[in-house]
Amino acid sequence: MKVATVFKLGQSATLRAETKRPPMPMLKVAKYAVYDILQNRFVLAYMLFLLVVSMSFFNLENDPVKGMMSLLNIILIVLPLVSIVFATIHLYNSYEFMELMLAQPLRRSDIFMGQYLGMAASLCIAFGVGVGVPVLIYDGSGSGAILVLCGLLLTLSFVSMAFLATVLSRDKARGIGIALLLWFFCTILYDGLVLMSMFAFSDYPLEKAVIGLAFLNPVDLARIAMLLQLDAAALMGYTGALFQHFFGSVTGGGISLLAMMAWIVLPLWWAARIFQKKDI
Amino acid sequence: MKHFFLLAGFITLGGIPSAARTWVVAPGTALANISDALAKARPYDTVLVQAGTYRERSLTVDKPLTLRGEGWPVLDGETKYQPLSIRANFVSVSGFQVVRCGSASMEDIAGIKVYKGRFVYIFNNILEDNYFGIYLSGCKNCWVSGNRLQARGTVEQSSGNGIHAWKCDSISITDNRIAGHRDGIYFEFVTNSSILRNHSEGNIRYGLHFMFSHNDTYQYNTFRQNGAGVAVMYTRNVTMTQNTFAQNRGGASYGLLLKDIQGSHISDNLFSENTVAIYMEGCTRSHFEHNIFQQNGWALKVQASCDNNAFRYNNFFANTFDISTNSDLVLNVFEKNYWDKYEGYDLNRDGKGDVPYRPVSLFAMVSDQMPYAMMFWRSFTVFLLDRAEKVIPSLSPDNLRDLAPLMKPYVTRTATQ
Repeated sequence: MKVATVFKLGQSATLRAETKRPPMPMLKVAKYAVYDILQNRFVLAYMLFLLVVSMSFFNLENDPVKGMMSLLNIILIVLPLVSIVFATIHLYNSYEFMELMLAQPLRRSDIFMGQYLGMAASLCIAFGVGVGVPVLIYDGSGSGAILVLCGLLLTLSFVSMAFLATVLSRDKARGIGIALLLWFFCTILYDGLVLMSMFAFSDYPLEKAVIGLAFLNPVDLARIAMLLQLDAAALMGYTGALFQHFFGSVTGGGISLLAMMAWIVLPLWWAARIFQKKDI
Repeated sequence: MKHFFLLAGFITLGGIPSAARTWVVAPGTALANISDALAKARPYDTVLVQAGTYRERSLTVDKPLTLRGEGWPVLDGETKYQPLSIRANFVSVSGFQVVRCGSASMEDIAGIKVYKGRFVYIFNNILEDNYFGIYLSGCKNCWVSGNRLQARGTVEQSSGNGIHAWKCDSISITDNRIAGHRDGIYFEFVTNSSILRNHSEGNIRYGLHFMFSHNDTYQYNTFRQNGAGVAVMYTRNVTMTQNTFAQNRGGASYGLLLKDIQGSHISDNLFSENTVAIYMEGCTRSHFEHNIFQQNGWALKVQASCDNNAFRYNNFFANTFDISTNSDLVLNVFEKNYWDKYEGYDLNRDGKGDVPYRPVSLFAMVSDQMPYAMMFWRSFTVFLLDRAEKVIPSLSPDNLRDLAPLMKPYVTRTATQ
């Protein structure tokens, strides 16, 4: 971030603050955050990586459904990891910029949300171009749209978690540690724990409990949304029909979308609260 | 041989034109009732029925006749009667609309019912809202062809089968479209018969139901979105080729259910988007070749009671699970199939993989015991578990494997739809 632009931003904000609040300072902060992220080139590399991977998946498999299956693994593992780790590191790196901004007559929530918007927007655009475009070209069906939507929502929720990890600790190493732990928990540990408890309590009727447990993990929510598209036939069998009934229905779909939203809003809200009261 | 007899029959039928008369039935004329025409006609005459609605309760054909409808005359059963009964040989019925036959629990009332007929030919009719559609009872050398059957049944108990054949021999069911009945086509004790090019869709129970019917052939049929797919039971020597089994989905739904089948051939079929493509129990000495399994929940569920079956040159694409079974005992042969999940290599380039493929995944076993674990399918954790199991098999049957999996899909004759 160029110092001159920061000063300009700060000054104009100061001048206007005496009369009235500047229009949308949050968006302005977001804009500078996006500039900053683009200078880094990592997001560009991430976008290219996604583009190459999804193109090659679709080209390797004749059937677009199979391409989507392979792509799903990337979205469930790589995307959360990149989102959370990159957002965490970047937020620590722009700590000085944030401090500088805080010295200006701007509201803390505007600065915080501006940073969030900038980060979320750049990662979402990278994902949209990297995965959205190939999916549109090679598949173009409803399940492709759901795949892209799931990816976007997952990006948003993992950026939220990254912000939470950052405000929880001033120490960069600890913050990244927390971020990695969150990723590890959501993608691998959680499913393992639930599977283990399912084995342990297999004598009990667990169908409804399992539906409830799915809401406690955004990765599971995204995975199940795609499962309904890719493995509909298998889900129609046995108890699978119960899931199909619940998640496949409009109400169930709405509830899972709301739960996904909660996974974006709640960590962010908590992080914002901590940031608001934090002694910088 | 049966075709020769059939042909001979029709030549005979058409071979006595000198004595034959045509009786034209039309509303408002001297001959306004079909029953009068049937009473007056002599054997081998033609009764030509003009357009109109005929409410004549139950008509019975008791002599060799040609019954032809012109402009789709309607035989209305008024939900009480059996519109047309045939109790003679050498009868042909075509061009009628048979609607609203009665229903009963003790008796099987049908739109058109044939009692012990020989050389009866029922073709190009429209049957709507009937309890049973076309019913062949104890018939031989009969053809049912090009009919359209539509019923609007909702529960199994109150609806009948589309084309129902009981204790028949050498009959042929071709080019019919059946929808909304209990079973699309029902065969019980029917031998040496063929079912060709029919389309059975949206029936409440089975698209085709088949019991104690030996030496039969079914080819080029499509069975789509039926309550429980197609069931073939207690039968020897069935040939099933070039059929399409699609979108039969549900907790107890199968593309093809094989129970106690011996010496049969199931080849060149397409199984697409079924919950279970083939479920087999007590099935022996049968051959499964050149079939395509795509996007099914389970391509094959092979129970331990099956033995001496061979699966060769089948293609498995994008199924959730390829095979599941309920025992370690494997008495069937799997070889030279193409499995899209196969990850082996082919060093000598003979087109066959050098390491065996194990089609039963750990998670298929787990989800058989705990169906709700299905929720975690495609989870990374499950992927890791499956991987570990592939390296060191402990739970999945060790000897269920394809020793020479194909590296490329086998090119079959079945056109993919």
